[in-house]
Amino acid sequence: MFFVQYSIFKMNGTTIIFYLLAALTLVSGFLSVTTRQIFRAAIYLLFSLIGIAGIYFWLNYQFIAAVQIVVYVGGIVVLIIFSIFLTQQAGELLPKQQIGRKIFAALAAFCGFALTMVQVWKHSFTKSTGDAVEATVTNIGAQMLSVDDNGYALPFEVVSVLLLAAMIGCIVIALRDKKIMNTEQGTPNKEV
Amino acid sequence: MPNAINIALIPLLPLAGFLLLGLFGKKIFKNSAGIIGTLILLISAGLAIYTAYGYFFDYGKVNDVYQKLIPLKYTWLEFSKDVSIDMGIILDPISAMMIVVVTFVSLMVHIYSLGYMKGEERYSTYYAYLSLFTFSMLGLVLSSNIFQIYIFWELVGVSSFLLIGFYYDRPSAVAASKKAFIVTRFADLGFLIGILVLSFYSGTLDFNTLIQKLTSPESSELKTAIASSFLGVSALTWGLTLVFIGGAGKSAMFPLHIWLPDAMEGPTPVSALIHAATMVVAGVYLVARLFPVFALSAPDALSIVANVGAISALFAAIIACTQTDIKRVLAYSTMSQIGYMMFALGVSKYGGEDGLGYTASMFHLFTHAMFKALLFLGAGAVIHYVHSNDMKDMGGLRKHLPITHITFLLACLSIAGFPLLAGFFSKEEILLAAYQHNAVIYWIALITSGLTAFYMFRLYFSIFWNKAYHAHGEHHGDGGVAMMLPLLLLAAGAVFAGYIPFGHFVSTDGKPLESEFHLSFSIAPVALGLIGILTAMWLYKNENEKPAKLAASLSGLYKSAYHKFYIDELYLFVTKKVLFNLVARPAAWFDKTVVDGLVNFTGNTTQDISERIKGIQSGKVQQYAIYFLVSAVVLALLFIYVWKG
Amino acid sequence: MMQPGLYHLLFISAALFFIGVYGFLTRRNLITMLMSVELILNSVNLNFIAFNKYVWPQRLDGVFFTVFVIAIAAAEAAVAIAIIINLYRSHQSIDVENAEELKY
Repeated sequence: MFFVQYSIFKMNGTTIIFYLLAALTLVSGFLSVTTRQIFRAAIYLLFSLIGIAGIYFWLNYQFIAAVQIVVYVGGIVVLIIFSIFLTQQAGELLPKQQIGRKIFAALAAFCGFALTMVQVWKHSFTKSTGDAVEATVTNIGAQMLSVDDNGYALPFEVVSVLLLAAMIGCIVIALRDKKIMNTEQGTPNKEV
Repeated sequence: MPNAINIALIPLLPLAGFLLLGLFGKKIFKNSAGIIGTLILLISAGLAIYTAYGYFFDYGKVNDVYQKLIPLKYTWLEFSKDVSIDMGIILDPISAMMIVVVTFVSLMVHIYSLGYMKGEERYSTYYAYLSLFTFSMLGLVLSSNIFQIYIFWELVGVSSFLLIGFYYDRPSAVAASKKAFIVTRFADLGFLIGILVLSFYSGTLDFNTLIQKLTSPESSELKTAIASSFLGVSALTWGLTLVFIGGAGKSAMFPLHIWLPDAMEGPTPVSALIHAATMVVAGVYLVARLFPVFALSAPDALSIVANVGAISALFAAIIACTQTDIKRVLAYSTMSQIGYMMFALGVSKYGGEDGLGYTASMFHLFTHAMFKALLFLGAGAVIHYVHSNDMKDMGGLRKHLPITHITFLLACLSIAGFPLLAGFFSKEEILLAAYQHNAVIYWIALITSGLTAFYMFRLYFSIFWNKAYHAHGEHHGDGGVAMMLPLLLLAAGAVFAGYIPFGHFVSTDGKPLESEFHLSFSIAPVALGLIGILTAMWLYKNENEKPAKLAASLSGLYKSAYHKFYIDELYLFVTKKVLFNLVARPAAWFDKTVVDGLVNFTGNTTQDISERIKGIQSGKVQQYAIYFLVSAVVLALLFIYVWKG
Repeated sequence: MMQPGLYHLLFISAALFFIGVYGFLTRRNLITMLMSVELILNSVNLNFIAFNKYVWPQRLDGVFFTVFVIAIAAAEAAVAIAIIINLYRSHQSIDVENAEELKY
């Protein structure tokens, strides 16, 4: 009895944590797409991503959680915040969207969500048999760099090339074109 | 045996000349084009004479019969095992004779043009065209199969077109070249269908095989060709008649002659070469080439040839009496003489003594090439001097152009059949052949020969006698050596060509033909010729009112002959009024409303629809995203609930 | 309360996905649209991890896909922000409604 109660208590603890993380993720995600202050939107996004990282921790995938925090929270969100600084005036509210568009988008999103969930509920997923592999850094690293049947060396290399290409692409796009520079010095030219 | 390379070089050298002058003439050989063209042709002519000499006196004769040799044969387009288009060379008496005629006259014209065309803007182009023509004509006469002859036939037509329209800044020359091309092209359609019919029934395109298959009485091809008939006429007769239509178009036979007088818009040496001596006799040559088939298997077709030839001869001679443009007189005279050759073929039979007409026709072709080229070149010298084509601007030129005068007189006497000149012998043979086989044609020929003498001497007296010539502008007399040398050489030909024993060389079956000379038979034509000459002398030697009076007394005939019997007008009526109004206009209406309407309707509808739906392409990214989402959801729904399975 | 499992995770994933879609459709500012895209990508990642955990625990494929998606998302974000800043330079605005030159 005690044991059972203890176990229930313990379960309740993880469950509560899960629900808290889920709520954090969804609520801040929702606020992120609805608030009219762009900086707050970025901060809400940050919290939503942290919530997801928390869910990864909860699921016992520490490596992915760490990557999530390092890349998303530390990298992308910071990048987004910088670009906000570059392009937005302080205290300026985001432009309002037409109400019709909002309703339509909400409806479309809800229908899609409903469709997906109906399908998910109707389907029963069966767990495959076999020994679970611990998602430890050692296992992930070994398989990531192995070249045998289950290895991921090739996609790893391809992604590295992709990152290089993206880097060069960013530099090329961000390079100041002479023509644009000239127009910027003079009157702003909408045509360019 | 003949050397194939030598023979192949005869046409190929002018081709090389054409390419050389045509490609580089304007820049490199601007002034030397004439010399180069002439030298190339000189070699070609030398080879031709060498070949002909070898053929006639060395290897051509086997057992006293001239053979049809094929020194070169090259399979060009092989459609199947039995059907192929070959390129080959045939060497037989007529082709050996023709290469000599073509290269000789062409050489004369080349030399003559050195003087005549000097200082012309497109001097090198002119020589390039001349070379192209010479190549095509030589290729035509040497063709060993009927499709090859058709190819060269069209090439000849093209070069004729180019040369008639040489002065393309003159609208009349452009119109004339178009007319010549269209009329001959129209006739060539007949030729092409004829080729198809003949080759369909004989199963071959090769001349020798075709003739053999369609003449030997036991061959199955001949039997089917005669048995199958269309509109009550056998397929063979149809095929040969259609081939003859092609020949009639090229040879300006009635009623396809209308292009020839207009073709005189070209430079005069060209008229001498193409429209007098060589190209226009291609039709005669074609009939002669297929003569065994005509004579042995389809006498009906041969009688068409005879009748058309006779009608053309008389018809053209009458018109020639009234024309005042000297080149047109010569053009009608050419048509008349070709009519002679045609009916001579038409009345001939195959083999032995009955084949006299064939020999006579080829003989006349040979002598005619000489004196008619001479006449044209002489007329060219006159035109060069007077700067006009019209008889009214001439007269009394014998003092100013002595050499031209003498040579022109010789040519006139020769064509009129004056005894002991070239034309006399060939014409006598033709008349004899006609006399032996067809009385009506004989009488037509006799009248025509009298008329020929009359109109030639009308021309002669109008140019060189009649009123005194009041020279204006510069005096350059006869022209240089370049222009006089060909006149003299051709005059020699016009006088002495008749002494060649032609029957020994050219006959229907290759065996020598002894032509007898009947003095009594010659009396009538010679007398008629003299009457013609004297009448012309009486009317035209001095300036007087007699011709006008005579014209007035024969007003109806004179007027219609002067207007060429309104054949041109008839064609115009048929093409402009009938074809234009009844066919072209409805067709144009159909094209404008129905065809264009359909096309426009398609275009307008497309434009309308795109105008309506272009709003979808709004440039707004989020709209596209919505379309995408909605479509994805709809597709998902459809796949899950509707298109299961 | 129910024991959280696969269905809960799938619910969160789907909800986050359609929140992202809603944001993508309604936001006019390009940077906020980019944020919505990030949300969508994260929901996909969550899906991968959930399936890896509850359906194929003996494999690590879901983990790898997640890692690659994160890497690609990083590259995408960098390129997208470069484009956005370039657009801002030429248009003085990053409102999508103002960048519609590619219409008919």
